Formats: sequence, C-alpha cells, structure tokens
Amino acid sequence: MKKWTTAALALAMTMTVSLAAADNAIKIGLIGPMTGPAADYGTSVANGEMIAIEEVNQMGGLQFELNMQDDEHDPEKSVNAYNTLWDWGAQVIAGTVTTSPCVAVAAEAYNDRMFMLTPSASALDVIANKDNVYQVCFTDPALGGAAAQYMYDHQLGEKIAVIYNNADVYSTSVYQNFEARAQELGLNIVAVSTFMDDTTDFSVQVTAAKQAGADLVFLPIYYTPASMILQQAAGMAYQPTFFGVDGLDGILSIEGFDTAMAEGVMLLTPFSPDAQNEKTQNFVKKYVAKYGVVPSQFAADGYDAIYALAAACQQAGVTPDTPAEEACEMLIEAFQTLQVDGATGLMTWKSTGEVTKNPTAVVIRDGAYVGIE
Amino acid sequence: MILFLSYLINGISLGSIYAIIALGYTMVYGIAKMLNFAHGDVIMIGAYLSFCATQYMGLPAVASVVLAVMVCTALGIIIEGLAYKPLRQAPSLAVLITAIGVSYFLQNVALLIWGSTPKNFASVVSLRSVSLMDGQLLISGVTLVTVLANIIIMVGLTLFTGHTKVGKAMRAVSEDKGAAELMGIHVNRTISMTFAIGSALAAIAGVLLCSAYPTLQPTTGSMPGIKAFTAAVFGGIGSIPGAMIGGLLLGVIEVLGKAYVSTELGDAFVFAVLIIVLLVKPTGLLGKSVREKV
Repeated sequence: MKKWTTAALALAMTMTVSLAAADNAIKIGLIGPMTGPAADYGTSVANGEMIAIEEVNQMGGLQFELNMQDDEHDPEKSVNAYNTLWDWGAQVIAGTVTTSPCVAVAAEAYNDRMFMLTPSASALDVIANKDNVYQVCFTDPALGGAAAQYMYDHQLGEKIAVIYNNADVYSTSVYQNFEARAQELGLNIVAVSTFMDDTTDFSVQVTAAKQAGADLVFLPIYYTPASMILQQAAGMAYQPTFFGVDGLDGILSIEGFDTAMAEGVMLLTPFSPDAQNEKTQNFVKKYVAKYGVVPSQFAADGYDAIYALAAACQQAGVTPDTPAEEACEMLIEAFQTLQVDGATGLMTWKSTGEVTKNPTAVVIRDGAYVGIE
Repeated sequence: MILFLSYLINGISLGSIYAIIALGYTMVYGIAKMLNFAHGDVIMIGAYLSFCATQYMGLPAVASVVLAVMVCTALGIIIEGLAYKPLRQAPSLAVLITAIGVSYFLQNVALLIWGSTPKNFASVVSLRSVSLMDGQLLISGVTLVTVLANIIIMVGLTLFTGHTKVGKAMRAVSEDKGAAELMGIHVNRTISMTFAIGSALAAIAGVLLCSAYPTLQPTTGSMPGIKAFTAAVFGGIGSIPGAMIGGLLLGVIEVLGKAYVSTELGDAFVFAVLIIVLLVKPTGLLGKSVREKV
C-alpha cells in the first residue's frame, strides 16, 4: 500500500524504453537525475546504458529492458522512483547515478533484497554494510588518494589549494581522503576553503587560494559550482591549474558556458575517450554518432554497468522469470568472481562491492577531453 | 592588507548587487506599504529573458536588457493587478502570503518553461576590469557598472519621488491612501506605476546579478531576494539611499564574515544582521520612525 501511495506521489517522469519485448527480457531499472543541476550525469549514464543494451540485445542471447526514472538528484524523489520501478517489476537496478540519492535507495534495496550496480555513485556509504550493492566507479577514498598520488608523481603544483562542498557527502569524502594521502606524501596544501549547496559567490574562496599563492587548485566538487569558480577566478585574473575528479565531468555541456574557461582543467577519471582499445573506440564512435557529443566518464560507466550485469546474469543463470530476491543472491555470488573488460578498463570486484581498476588523467583542450598518457 | 582590501572589493561587488535589488524592494514597500516577496523572482525572470534574447534570438546585450525591462514592467503591472489589487482592503498578512504565493508561482513557471538545469549566463558587461596596486587588486567591470547603476537609480528615484507630479502622488498615496483619493489622486494607477518601476528595476538587477554570478536557474532570485530584503531593512525600509547603503554594508559583512570566520556561515551573518537590526534599531540606519497620530 505504502509503495502505491508513494509511487502515485512520485513526480518523476517515466520513460520506458522498450528495446525488447517485455515478456522475455530481464527488467533493469535506472534512477538518476535526468533534469536539474546534475542532469548531465543522469542523461549520460542513461545514454551509455541504452547503447550497451542495444548491443547486448543484438547479440541475441540475454535480452534486457530498461526503465529510466528521474530523481533530480534528490534522495526523497529517488526513493519514490525506486518504488515505481519495484512496482514495474524491476529485477535489477543499474543505478542510482548520484551519491546522496543512492545512499537512500540502497538502504531500501538492501531491505527488499534487490541487486544494485551503481555506475557512478562513489561514496563508501553507498556500499557500506550492504552485500547487494556494487559499484562500477571508484570509491571516493580511492579517487581522493589517487588524485594526491597523481599530483605527487607528476609534480603538478608547488602550493595546492582545495575548495570543496562541506554539505555534500561526495565532496567531503574525496577531500578527506585526498588530504590524508597528501599528508603522507608531503604535498604542500596552502589553503582549504569550503562552501555549501547553492553558493553562487565564490570570491572569498578564490581570493583565499590566490592570496596563498596556490598554483594548483583541487576541486573535488560537482561541475555546476566548478563552472562558477572557473569564471570567478578568470575575473580575478587568477590562472592556476585546476584539478578535479569525476564530478567535474559534465562541465563542457553546461548551456551557455564558454568552454574556453575550462581550458587546461585536469580530471582524474577512469575513462579517456581517446584510449586506443577496441572496446572504447567502438563505444565512442557509436555514442558520437547517436548523441553528437563525446561520451563522458558517466556514459562509459553506464555502458560498462550493463555489460557487467549481462556477464553476471549469464554466469549466474538469471532469467526474465527469476524474482528480484533470488536474482539478488545469484548476482552477488557471480560478482565475486566476475571479470569484465569494459570501456573504463579491466574490472574485478571485492566482496564489499568496491571495484578494482586503474584511473587515468585527462585534460580539457579546445573544449574536449584529451588523454594525458 | 592586500588580502583585506581584496575581500573588501569582493564585499562591495556582492553588496552592490544586493543594493540594486534592495532599491526595488524598498521602492515598492515605501509606496505601496507591502513587502513584495516576489521581487526576487521577477529578477530571475528578467535574467532568463535576457539570456533567451542573447542566446536564442541573437540580440545584442543592450537590446536584451531593454527587452527584459519591458517584459518585466508588464509582468509587474499584471502581478499587481491580478494578485495584489483585489486585496487592497485586506490585512497586510493576507497580502504578504499572496506575495509568497506569487513568488512560488513564478519559480514554477520558470521551471516549466526553462527546466531546472542551470544555464550559464554570459555577462552583458563588456567593460574591462580595473587593476589597482600593480594588478594585485582587481575590480571587475560588472562591479563598476553595478555601482554606477546603483547611483543613477538612487538619484533618479529620489528626484522622481521628490519632484515629479507622479512621484508626489506616490508619496501622497504612501502617506494616506484615503486622503490622496479625496485629493483626486488615482490610487490604483499610482500603485500600478510603482510596481511597474519596481519590476523594471528588478529586470536590471537580474541581468547584473547573473552577469556577476553566472548560474541561472529558477531559484536564482530567491536567496539574493531575501538578502536584499535584509539589506533594505538594514538601511531602513522605504528609504532609497538606505537601501543602497544597507546593500553595500551587508555585502561587505557577508564577505568579511566568510573570509575571517567561516565560509559556511556567510548566510548566518546576513540574517544575524537582520535580527540585530530588528532588535536594536527596527527602523534601520536611515529609516524614520513615524508616530501614529490618534
């Protein structure tokens, strides 16, 4: 009853994509921000997943059907969307896309015994104490630590400033792990400043970094505030190297944003669209043909999530008739030994749900992501 | 020292934005004696109009501002006519609640038309920034234009309300609606006029707000709107020079508080100012306390 009421209240848009007949396809639910300030993440993941599903269905073996629900990066709406998917009969959730909503949905999914593979929600909280939640992306500790390591290995900056969102789980946990690793490596952090959601005036934070003489600014934040920081820094004639992690991915697609502002911004992400392996090349080519833009890391994560699920379903013998609770136990077992070679690299999983793969760095040149190595 | 001065400049930049919004607030309050909480949202609509005019219709920046001013003026008159006019005799609480309703209405209309994905507003000000002390301090072109616009609007409004026939009518309506009507002043038309001017100022404020802080979304106007209300109360609500001084001081207080105490408490400082002013000097810096005659 509760589920029906909440489903009825759900504001989320329903977009059912029928890529296969409903009777003989495994039902996959996707929850993510399709509108709102984090919309680029959700639509990118959805686009990536749709390409992968098309490919998997064309191979003729397993058939998948995808149902996408919008959560506007809001935990409450996300849980409503999850309930909608439950009523639809979803067997697996290939989401949710952003961290805070994912934490909320994962708690529900754990109680319902619904298997979740999130393409991009990276906090440890997402998988903590839940045996049914797995990640395609790195965890925040892994990214924060890797960012510090990368700066150290490549001697990127003498003096480092950090600006992060103190009200956001993702941003805070990346920062904390960055800071811990930076201490160990002896990196020189000269200024750390914070902000809250909905901040538009970053003049204090940027001035603090500028006056501290930082030549490298680490931004473990989402792309919307980052775009404002870049513009306000430009307004103050402050030109350090900006270094971000996966949250910055998406900055190039903000409507009206002058991509020249992002020139030279570095990102640590598991995906580089000009990587020379066949899987990536094929994916990038299809994505560009279909959507007219180069896929971001989120699109690649979504693409890999579907392939990982396909491999796991195959291995575990999940069929369209398997109830979600049973599929959950079967998939958990399959993921322990699963190995998937995807667009974001070779992936294996720990029993905690954490993925193991290698990060790469990209830099923005002329409005596009370019691999550094 | 340099650090303090650069924070001071940041504060003035932010404060000049608050001031220009507060001018519209205080203008409407001073004459219609109502708090138009939808003011912040008219600002947002103005910014969206300018954004659309430059991005989709390819109009030059100045033309987009003129368009935004014209549409917002009409919008102000329509809002006043539909939402506030029927409540002329109602208690002020009813008008206040209606204003909050209008505010949400405008936000949701914007959400329907433009969606919730933030857009990046390209600055309409092409003026180069001025550097002081060998480039250690920079004053952005937007700040210069905003401060200038503030002064022009402040002087303009003061002259307008003091010396023109319509302005005098406005002051008369503000003092006593009934008596003004008896003297042959068209009260409804005068209040409509006030809203028209207030909304035109809102359009200008919206364009300048988004030129300085370029993220444009349906909630863009709400927080600056509330802070500008605080600025107007700080300066003495109803007082035109008070709005400007209140806005500038509030911006400086916010930035210095963020810089020297905590970046997370910026908003807390702003609203602490509101509480302190209301406790210590409810009429604000330049406000006059009018004794009610019995």
